[in-house]
Amino acid sequence: MTDSRGRLSPQEAAKRVAATLGRRGSSEKRFRYLGVAAISTALMFLVLLFSGILSNGLPGMFQHYVTLEVYLDKERMDPQGDMSAASLYAGDSGKIVNESVLKALGEPKGRMAKKAARSIMSSASDQRLAQFAVANPELIGQTVPVKFALDDDIDSFMRGFISRETPQSERRINDQVITYVDRLNEAGLISYEISDYLFFGSASRNAEIAGIKGALIGSILTLAVCLVIAFPLGVATAVYLEEIAPKNRFTEIIEININNLAAVPSVVFGIMGLAIFIVAFGMPRSIPLVGGVVLALMTLPTIIISSRAAIRAVPPSIRDAALGIGASRMQTIFHHVIPLAMPGMLTGTIIGMAQALGETAPLLMIGMVAFIVDVPTGVVEPATALPVQIFMWADFAERMFIQKTSAAIIVLLAFLITMNAAAIVLRKKLERRW
Amino acid sequence: MSISSLALYVLVIGMMYFYVGQRTSLEQRANGDVRLHSLPHYYGLWTGLLSALPAFILLVIFAVGDDIVFAQMVKQYYPAAVLEQDVAQQTIAFARVMNVVDGIRFGNPEQWVLDAGAAWITWQATSEMLMSVIVLAVALGGGLIGYRQIAPDFRSRNGVERIILWGLVASSTVAILTTVGIVLSVLFESIRFFQLIPPQDFILGLEWNPQFEGAERAGSGNGEATYGMLPMFVGTLLISTVALTVAVPVGLFSAIYLAEYATPRVRSVVKPLLEILAGVPTVVYGFFAALTVAPFVRSAGEAIGLEVASESALAAGLVMGVMIIPFISSLSDDVINAVPQSLRDAAYGLGSTKSETVRQVVLPAALPGIVAAVILAVSRAIGETMIVVMAAGLAANLSFNPLDAVTTVTSQIVTILVGDQEFESAKTLSAFALALMLIIITLALNFFALQIVKKYREQYD
Repeated sequence: MTDSRGRLSPQEAAKRVAATLGRRGSSEKRFRYLGVAAISTALMFLVLLFSGILSNGLPGMFQHYVTLEVYLDKERMDPQGDMSAASLYAGDSGKIVNESVLKALGEPKGRMAKKAARSIMSSASDQRLAQFAVANPELIGQTVPVKFALDDDIDSFMRGFISRETPQSERRINDQVITYVDRLNEAGLISYEISDYLFFGSASRNAEIAGIKGALIGSILTLAVCLVIAFPLGVATAVYLEEIAPKNRFTEIIEININNLAAVPSVVFGIMGLAIFIVAFGMPRSIPLVGGVVLALMTLPTIIISSRAAIRAVPPSIRDAALGIGASRMQTIFHHVIPLAMPGMLTGTIIGMAQALGETAPLLMIGMVAFIVDVPTGVVEPATALPVQIFMWADFAERMFIQKTSAAIIVLLAFLITMNAAAIVLRKKLERRW
Repeated sequence: MSISSLALYVLVIGMMYFYVGQRTSLEQRANGDVRLHSLPHYYGLWTGLLSALPAFILLVIFAVGDDIVFAQMVKQYYPAAVLEQDVAQQTIAFARVMNVVDGIRFGNPEQWVLDAGAAWITWQATSEMLMSVIVLAVALGGGLIGYRQIAPDFRSRNGVERIILWGLVASSTVAILTTVGIVLSVLFESIRFFQLIPPQDFILGLEWNPQFEGAERAGSGNGEATYGMLPMFVGTLLISTVALTVAVPVGLFSAIYLAEYATPRVRSVVKPLLEILAGVPTVVYGFFAALTVAPFVRSAGEAIGLEVASESALAAGLVMGVMIIPFISSLSDDVINAVPQSLRDAAYGLGSTKSETVRQVVLPAALPGIVAAVILAVSRAIGETMIVVMAAGLAANLSFNPLDAVTTVTSQIVTILVGDQEFESAKTLSAFALALMLIIITLALNFFALQIVKKYREQYD
């Protein structure tokens, strides 16, 4: 480059610049490529993440079923004889399922053979049969085809995760079982369908019957509590800080606190929930009420910050006009400012709710990680949440749980994408430019 | 009456008073040519609020307070032997009384437990009746006071607006209360922990073995419980360093490209895509790290002859870095865009190429903001929980090697506090001390970042 050490003639200067141009040009190109490389790396991670989850999760939405001809023996299925659900669930469905599978396999003899045949079926097949009978009481006493889930090991075998080539001693299922599965398969009895257990089943250690229903409802209840608390509080705080608060020490303290809360790690909110709501107030563990309150306090800064931005975007002329025709300050705020700022506030709230839906660590702290089979029906009943369910399933070793976990992740991501898309649409549609 | 039905009654009474108040003021207006001070519905709101609000507040106080009062009262039933014991034994005694109250029986409780349980049940019935009577009386009485105030020159709007104002003030104090709650809940337990374990042992200790606590108390086992936090802080730093090594270059260069080079169309596609990375829940990253990245890192390490732990800091750090990329890129993007165009134009005018402008003019001008973004990212990485719980180990190795398994502050907190825990053991309390350190560090980083931004923000305005 030209420098100021000595005087250069313009020709000399131009020559020196020209000499550096090639180097500078390629350095420019390198810099540009670095930028492209950085973005490609980030996008590659995104693709890897999503392809990994989709490739495991989409098959996880399906599972293998076997359809057996079952004789619904009234005497054994309905011990009390009144066809009530209690009686049907107490019946001997398990034995009937076993007999049906043995029949389908041509009545094998010997204890080992029978055991192998039984191991094909999911251990929850008896419940499924009882359920079927409760739903179709008119079929009792007849022989009808009923669809059962296969055991998760058999399912893994059908998917090719368990290979025939592996020596029998190292395989989770033995040769006898494989022969039987082949026989059922050749008879066309095994089908591969969308898993009804995934969406309608509850937590279970058996991979083939585990489902997300309870966790999903727990998440919805928790989010409902969170919304009911965080939205009014957040909007009220934003209104106070933007429209009313005088510039004084108290206001400053509130603002500092909101900024600090936004920086506190989420797990700390969980610890606070544990120490205050559960230990000090004696509220029960694992309930959506406590979970919702903790998540509400956590999402409060998000909602406050976006609501303040929305209120600030309402032009002063609106307020002046309202005040000018004699509205009080509260009337101005509640009749004009808040309705005009509402789209922005709702957008921030939806984004805050999406954050809360994906949050796991604080819920672990307040015990929503417990193994809960029943579907919760209220905010004070023990429940778990979808991300926590994912966390628990991720710990299980069975091959099928990897797919189920990924399937649950797809459901969670679908919810998150829907919520974020709704926020974007809302912002585009309703937000006014002044 | 149960709390929820009582709340419903209060609501109904309040709404009735609203209706009555509004009707009364409407009639007053219709009866003569009096001018009301406020619009009729403000008279209704005033009566309704006066009826429902104090009743609701009382209801909440009763609902929260009764168990706390009972817990004190029930102590008179404890035999002297129990009262002399430490807090842990009293907690157990209390739990046994509560079991009797809930109708759960374990074995044969002593007579005093049964007596205390029976007393508790009577108190509960009494307080419930008392609560119903008082709350309903307040609801009816408060409304009556409001109703008697209704007169054309009564300034009901001002009254209602004053109540609303106090409501708004109360809402904004929730942020303060939350901070106070967080600090107090962590501070008290930490102080108790430091009474058991000297602070210098905790802060400077090189070994972390709280799991020997149970064995130590039972008098068996050959390990001694130690509570040195350094291994976890080194682990946290190690994983954060790996994360930043990934996130800072990728995030920064993405931001530079998006801000300076990309066409608006590329920008409008790539920026939201990068932000998706920020919206993915951390539990999903954790699953990805444990399932895909950790085995990959392990086999890649083995292929070149390195021994990699199956839960290496490298895998967790890599994934955490991916999580932080959008954080750094979008904050830096904002900062770079905030650099005035005149600076760039000046550099171009002197003949600089684009990359020279970026390196020698734009980046130095944006540096404070970028540094602040990186500090905020560090505080994010330190506080991140699920990725390390799922993908980093639990063994507290004091190691600077990213191929080893290390543990972090957050994953220890989760491990200690998940599930049932007794609140009196040093092991449980140590989680609170760790949380205290975590809060101090993240808030300090946050404060630091804000100071940098504040100091350099208005340089070009």
